[in-house]
Order: sequence, then structure tokens, then C-alpha cells
Amino acid sequence: MSALALADSPVPAAAEPAQPLAASVVQSVDWLAVAPPTLTALVGLAVLVADLFVPAARKAVLGWTAVAGLAASTALLLPLLDGDRSTFCLTAGTRACSYTADRFTLVVQFLVLGGALLAALLSVTALKDDTRRLPPGEFWFLLLSSAAGAALLPASRDLATLVVALEVASLPAFALVGIRHGDRGSSEAALKFFLSSVTATAVSLLGISFVYATTGTLHLTEIAARVQQVDGQFHTLARTGVVLTLVGFAFKTAAVPFHFWVPDTYVGAPLPIAAYLSVVGKAVGFTGLILVTVVALPSYADVWGPAMAGLAALTMTVGNTGALRQRTTRAYSAVRLLAWSSVGQAGYLLVPIAAAAHSDDPRQQVGSTLAYALMYAAVNLGAFTVAALVGRRHTLNRLTDYRGLYATNPVAALLLAFFLLCLAGLPPGIIGLFAKVAVFSAAVEADLGWLAVVMAVNVVIALFYYLQWTALLFRAPEGEAVRHRVPAPLTAALAVTAVLGVALSGAPQIALRVADTNLF
Amino acid sequence: MIDINESVMQFLLAFLVVGPLLGAAAALLPAPPGLKGKSPEQAVLRHGVTVTGAVLLAAIVLALGFDHDHPATMQATTDIAWIPALDVRIHLGIDGISLPLLVLTALLTFLCALHSYFKQQRQPLTSAGPAPKGFVALLLVLESGSLATFAVLDLLLFFLAFETVLVPMYFLIARWGGEGRARAAWTFILYTLLGSVVMLLGLLVIGLDAGTFDMMALATDNGRSLTTSVQVIAVLAIGVGLAVKTPMWPLHSWLPDAHTAAPTIGSVLLAGVLLKMGTYGFVRILLPVAPDGFRTFAPYLAAFAVVGIIYGSLACLALARRGAGGDLKRLIAYSSVGHMGFVLLGIATMTPTGVNGALFANIAHGLVTGLLFFLVGAVKDRTGSTDLDVLSTPSPDRGPATAAPRPPGTGGALYGRAPRLGGLLAFAAVASLGLPGLAGFWGEMLALFGAFDPAAGLSRPAFLTFMAIGASGTLLTAAYLLVVVRRVCMGAAPQDAPRLADVQGYEFAAWTPLVALTLAGGLWPRALLGLTDPAVQQLLAGGTR
Repeated sequence: MSALALADSPVPAAAEPAQPLAASVVQSVDWLAVAPPTLTALVGLAVLVADLFVPAARKAVLGWTAVAGLAASTALLLPLLDGDRSTFCLTAGTRACSYTADRFTLVVQFLVLGGALLAALLSVTALKDDTRRLPPGEFWFLLLSSAAGAALLPASRDLATLVVALEVASLPAFALVGIRHGDRGSSEAALKFFLSSVTATAVSLLGISFVYATTGTLHLTEIAARVQQVDGQFHTLARTGVVLTLVGFAFKTAAVPFHFWVPDTYVGAPLPIAAYLSVVGKAVGFTGLILVTVVALPSYADVWGPAMAGLAALTMTVGNTGALRQRTTRAYSAVRLLAWSSVGQAGYLLVPIAAAAHSDDPRQQVGSTLAYALMYAAVNLGAFTVAALVGRRHTLNRLTDYRGLYATNPVAALLLAFFLLCLAGLPPGIIGLFAKVAVFSAAVEADLGWLAVVMAVNVVIALFYYLQWTALLFRAPEGEAVRHRVPAPLTAALAVTAVLGVALSGAPQIALRVADTNLF
Repeated sequence: MIDINESVMQFLLAFLVVGPLLGAAAALLPAPPGLKGKSPEQAVLRHGVTVTGAVLLAAIVLALGFDHDHPATMQATTDIAWIPALDVRIHLGIDGISLPLLVLTALLTFLCALHSYFKQQRQPLTSAGPAPKGFVALLLVLESGSLATFAVLDLLLFFLAFETVLVPMYFLIARWGGEGRARAAWTFILYTLLGSVVMLLGLLVIGLDAGTFDMMALATDNGRSLTTSVQVIAVLAIGVGLAVKTPMWPLHSWLPDAHTAAPTIGSVLLAGVLLKMGTYGFVRILLPVAPDGFRTFAPYLAAFAVVGIIYGSLACLALARRGAGGDLKRLIAYSSVGHMGFVLLGIATMTPTGVNGALFANIAHGLVTGLLFFLVGAVKDRTGSTDLDVLSTPSPDRGPATAAPRPPGTGGALYGRAPRLGGLLAFAAVASLGLPGLAGFWGEMLALFGAFDPAAGLSRPAFLTFMAIGASGTLLTAAYLLVVVRRVCMGAAPQDAPRLADVQGYEFAAWTPLVALTLAGGLWPRALLGLTDPAVQQLLAGGTR
């Protein structure tokens, strides 16, 4: 993917005459900085090629290679912690860079790669259970490609790289949603997802072209500087460009009114892919929103601020009422509930971005979004893991199938209860509570009292369905309780999310510190 | 009274908060060898008694080690950073206001654990009741949350503790409750959560505006760094959250359902502990932190409080009527609305007299109503009903419909059938109506006394009116409680009426402390007022050190 970024980074407009031409266009690439997305992409390619040579009986090797690749990519974030790095920079003029690995990038990359790693662990079991309909080579290649795109996105600092990363993250996701052979629901969901996403991207590109037309640059920092000196007659064009650009990213975040694809897509996709979309897809969306609003267009806060606030309020309200309306006996109601709840949670994620519009230091405000996203990623993936576990026995994955889970699998039931209470923001889910407090305080600090009140009401609505599900776990089971063995990959995913959730609840500072520092 | 090392005191206070949590986690694990007991149920209930007993012991030692000469000083303080990003500190401490509430909470929880242990011994839980494992774990989490509410000195930590009790109480009602429990549990948790989320917004407004979430710093500042408009908004938001919990009329509607459906110990803890969290918040946070905002709302609060007093009493009178089918637990719940009205009235006066009275009434209500719920639970165990019409007919085979031929004025004859139980019920009822010499008297009298001369800036005629109305509320209270005593306890026991088992040994064990403390509070109010008064004086004057 880094090759794409290189090709797309704008060539310096005018080479300085004092330097030899060759030297001025040759960029030195900081390979360590770009290592995490690059390695992910390379492992993806390797798995695709290896698929040709691995016998059918040993396809599991591909899965473990992909898991190892994602783990290694995540580990490669460690050497980057010492300071900000930038690469693919212009060699002349403003020396703006297209790729920056700062704190913001690292946090989102950790979130994306970690989320992909957990989704991969879930996929190992899913592929094993459904070998006939899920082709492993393609599956892992698509998953890793998408993860590579998602990891590239937070580092992008120009609009072209940003859109390319967005597409790299999305295109494989469409294929993943429809990957199940002979499943009409799956392909229908993929088509729905694809068509609406492509429309959103097209609108976004139109907006970007407007912004480019008015400012003459694609680099985010350059846009931020130049957009303030836009000619008076271009103001409307620039404003339109800002709004249209946001549409594409709002779509990925599943913000209302761009959310209608979510429930059907989640139900149609293999469960691990739904988990992946709920975390990584959202991360892609809100990262793009943050980069475009806070980094590129801070001076247009009066345009995107109210838009974000409105989106946030709508998104959480529609998402939560949608979740509330789920009937427990409907097929796949558990996944549907998680889908709607993820729409609601996306609303909370948008609140700090809206608050940033009213802040003197917008870059600091968005830290609350990241902190919330870290919490959400850990516990939501945990909830999906338990859903995957239950889905192995009850293929319909209805909410009623969770009744009496405590009797058959006490650990999974207790953990699911914990995850759901984290999502609801009630003790003992302490991290969920404080992540919500961080979001609330961003809203209160920005004097967005009405948004805080809307969110407060939504927290109560959300509690209703989360707690209803939690209560169901401890009811007396229908019929006899049969214990089942939990496959090792699911156990690992459950252990990781549980340790993260519990550790964060004991020391919320680990996640919340990103809410308190300037990440850029 | 006794000199205890400061770091031991710190440890004890931290143990009060953390100990039950560890105990709850341990309750979920299988019992270690050697502690298995007769059955897993017995072992885990015994574990509950052990942990709550240890916590009560720690609370008593803490009370003994407390420097009673300086009750206005925060003692046993711990102050360590927890979440610097949100400026949350683990700041614990006790003064004369929080100490009695801590001891009351530890005592009531211990008695509840003891009660359920022995009850299980006598009549092993039927298969209908879910495993006691979860019961003990929830009880301990509930204890930790309520103790933490009284011990923390950080606004966000207070909110955390406030929320901690919701989920355990929800499950206690929804799993172990009686008829209509699912609905009651939902009403309880949705109502109180809505209140506390609004309260969070108010806390954030205060904390972000003043730049600190520390209650001590905010109290010392006494609202000087907050503008009046900020204070008004914050008091309104926080006040709504606390008023739901207290509960203040007209936000009380969750309480009767919750009490009626909750199991005995759920009712005891709800009335004895959870309601106190609301009034404690008024005294600890609103009075010192935002005095100007509070002054704006004090007359309204007082008005709602007296409406609550009258409303609660009238509702009880209606329930106590013959043929109304009134539920005894629901009646006590409504009487709580009335009693908490006195507490709120005392707080609204913003005078040391009124606030001291409120704190006293708080404790007294915890003791007396806790005892009442225990007694009603015992009556229910014996007769199988809490319906007043059923209870007032001595023989169970004659329903209320056939009771018509009996001469009016006769009651359930509990005195005759179970003299000790009847006597205790009458004692608790009389204590609840505020008979001088028992704990219920002083708090309500002081609250009314405070309303006679409210703080400067509050309208005296208005408060005199409130006082007059509140005082008439005491008459109504006396009326319905005496009606209840007459209908349940008095009357001649017919020959064919089955005898009821009188008070058992374990019930005496659970109730004697409450009876003794009710007497002690009535006869020697100085013990409690001496603790609260200096702290209240200081809070009202601004600053806690």
C-alpha cells in the first residue's frame, strides 16, 4: 500500500533551481515508519500466493500466518513510540508530508491492527467450521488488505492518500461481506454495502475536488493554511466541498442517515467480518472525519461543527431506538442488536469531534473520541466473540439463544455481561463509564448542553436493551444444559478482550490518557 | 475514643470499600477445601456473613478510632491519583457526617447477610429461588458501592459509587423479588439511571468550571469560583439526580413498586441505605459547593418536601383503609416518601439545626424502616401475605370478602398469636411515627425547628407555612401507623386461628441491634448530633478543614 501512497503523493510543483532535478524529486523513505501497514499488505500477498501451494488439509496454516502477520504488524508499532516520524515529504517548498506516524496515527493503527487481529482469531474458527463455503486464501488476503488500508488511513496527511486508503480498506470489505458461497443473503448484503459505499465515495471525491479547486493543494496542513485566504467568491464552493467530503467518511462511521446498510450487512456477512466492520470500519470512518475536520479544515468549524453535532445526535438516537425495537426471537437478533448498538455507539464517537469545533484547541478534544474507540473496540469485539461462540451451536443466533448461558458456560456469560455493561457504561464496566464521562465532559466543555442531554437520554435507552440481554444470560436455561468445548482461537480472543476490559476498568488512565494529550 | 495509627485508619477505610468487592469476586469461585460447609449454598451464605461481619468490624473500629473531638476534620484520608486524564483522584475520608452513615450501612448489610444465612438454615431455599452464590455476590457489590458513596471525596468517584449500586439492586429485585418484580426492577433502574446521568452533567459543569472535582477543595471554595448561573444549572441537574434517589415527590413513583416487589433484604437495604445516598449528596455536595444555586431552589425543594410529607401520609392512610387491599410493604414505602420529606425540608432550611435534623432523621429512618421491613418480611414468611386486608383477619381461610360479619375494630390479633412479633411491630411503628424517646422523634423535630427560622436569604413566611404543613404531616403519620397497628396486631385471636411461630433466635439477633440503636438514638441524641453538628457548621460556613 505504501507504493500507492508514493505514487499518489503530489509531485512538488516547482523544483528549486539550485538543486539538481534528480535530487529534488527523490524522496528518502522511512521504512520503519511505514512498516506496520506495509507488513500487513505483504503478508496478505504472501498468503494469497501460498494458498496455491498449500494442500486443502493444511489450509489452517494460512490463518495462523495471517494472525502472526497482524501480531507482528502490531508489534512494529513499538519502535515508533519514541517520537513523531514523517515520510513521503515534499522535498521543496513547504516540505509537507503525506505520511506521518505521530501519536494519533499510532493509537489508531494499534486500534485497527489489534481489532483486525481479534477478528482474525474469530475467523480461524469460522473458517474451520465452514470450510466448504469460505475460501481461506481469498478470505485472508482480503482481510489483510483491508486492514492494511485501514492502518494506512490514519497516517495519511493528504486527501489523495486518504481516499486511496479509504478505498483500500473498503473494497476488500465488500468482497468479504459477500464471500460465503451460495448464500443469497450474503451477496445481497455485499451488493447493498457496495452500491451505497461507492455512492458515498463519489460524493466525497466531488467534495475533495471542490476543496482542491479552491485551495490548490491536497496536503491537509496546507489546506488548513490556504483555505483561510480563499477568494470571497469561492467561499460557497469551499463550504460545499467541506460538507461533501465529510459524507464519505460519515458513511463509513455508519452515521445516520448513512447507516441503513449496517444491520443487513452485519447479518449477511460472516460473523467475524461483522465484528471487523463494527470496529475497524468505524475506526476508518471517524479517523477520516477527524483528519478532514480538525487537521485540514479547522477554520471551517462553523460549517462542520453543527453538522457533526447534528449527525451525532441523530446517529445515537436512531441507533439506540433501532436496537430497542429488536424482537428477541427474530433470526440473528443478537447480531442485529449489536449492529444497531454499534450505530448508537458511533453517535457517541462523533460527540467529541462536534465539541472540537467549539474549542480553542480542537486537536486535543478529539482525544476523547480515540479513548472511547479504544474502550469500544475491546468490549465490542469481546461481545462479538461470545456471539461467535454461541453462534456455533445456535446458527440462528437469536437473543433467546443466550438464555441460561450462565448455566452452560459461566465464564462466557459473566464476560458477556461485563462487556455489555461496559457498552452501557455502568459499573462494573468502569472503563465504559469513564469513557462516557470523557465524552460527556467534551460536550459540556464545549457548551453543547443540548447534545449532552440527548446523549444522557440515549444512555438510558441503551441501558434498557443491554441490561435486558444481560438479564437473559442468568435466567434458568430452557432444556438441559450441555457444556461444549470452546475452540482455542475463541478462547484466546475472549481472554485478550477480557484482560483488556478488566485492566482498563482497574486503570482507565491507560486508555483515557489519549483524551488528555495533543496527539498530533 | 481510642488512639489508632493514621495509616491503620486509612487501611480500614480503604478496606471498607474494597473488601466487599474482593468478597464478591470470591463468592463466585468454588469454596476452598475446609470451608465447604454442609452444602455449597450454606458455604456461600456463610462467606457473605463473614465478609460483611469483617466490614462491620472494620467500620466499628474506624468509629472508635475516629477523633471525636474534631468531627469536622476529614480523617483517615487517602488521596492518590487514579485517572489524571479526567482529573479523577481516589480521595477517601470520613467526617462526622459520613461516619454514622458508614456504620449504618455496614450494620444493615451485616444483619441482612446474617438474616439470609439463618433463614436458609431453617428453611432451605426452594428450587424456585436462584442460587445464593449470585445473591451474596450482588449483596457485597451493593455494600461496596454504598459504602464508597459515603467515603469518597471526589465528584466523579461519587458518581461511580452512586452507579455501582444500580445493577446489583436491579438483579436483587428482578431475581429474588415477589410479584411484579420485572416491571418494578425496570422502573427502578431506568428512573434512577436517568436521574444520575443528569446528575453527571451537573457534576461535570461544576468540575470543569471550577477546575477540580475534589469535594474538599470545592467545599472550601464554597462556590466562590462558580458564577450564580453555573450554580443554578448545576444544582438543578444534580438536584434532580439526587431527588430521584431520595426520593422527592413527584419523582418518587419508582419507590413503592420497587419496595413491594423487592425481597425483604432488598427492601431493608433500599430504605436503609440507598435512599440515604440521595440526601447525603444534598448535604455533601450541593450545600457547600453551590450555596447560591441551592438558595435559589431551597424554597422549591422545601415545598416539594412538604408535599411529599402530606402525600406520603395520605397515600398510607388510603392504603390502611379497610377493604383497600393495601400492601403493607407499599405502605411503608409511601411512609418513606413522607419521612424523606422531613429530611429534605431540614436540608432546604440551610441552617445547622435543620441540616442536623435531616442527618439525624436520615439515620433514624434507616434504623426504623429497616426494622419495619424485617418485621414485615417475617410476617410474610408466617402468613404468606403482606396484604393488610388478609393480615387483619386472623384465620387465613377467611378471606377479606368473608370478613364482613366480624365486628369492626378487630384486627389480625398478632399480639395474641405471636406476642413478641406483634410487640416489635408496634414498637417499630411507634418509633416511625416519631414518639419522643425513640430515634424518629429528634430528626423530624429538628427539621421543623430549622424551618421555623430558615437561613438568611430564605423567605421566613414561606418556611413557616412549610413548617405548619409538615407538622400536620406528623399527625397523619401517627394516624396511619396506629391504624396499621390496630388492624394487624390487636383484636381477639379466635380459637380456630392457627398459632404463628413467634420470633426466632436468629431474628432476635438480626433485630436487637436495630431496636437498641433506635432506643439509644431517642434517649441519647447527643451521641449522633455531637458528631454531625461541628461538621455541618463547617460545611455551611464553607470549607471542611
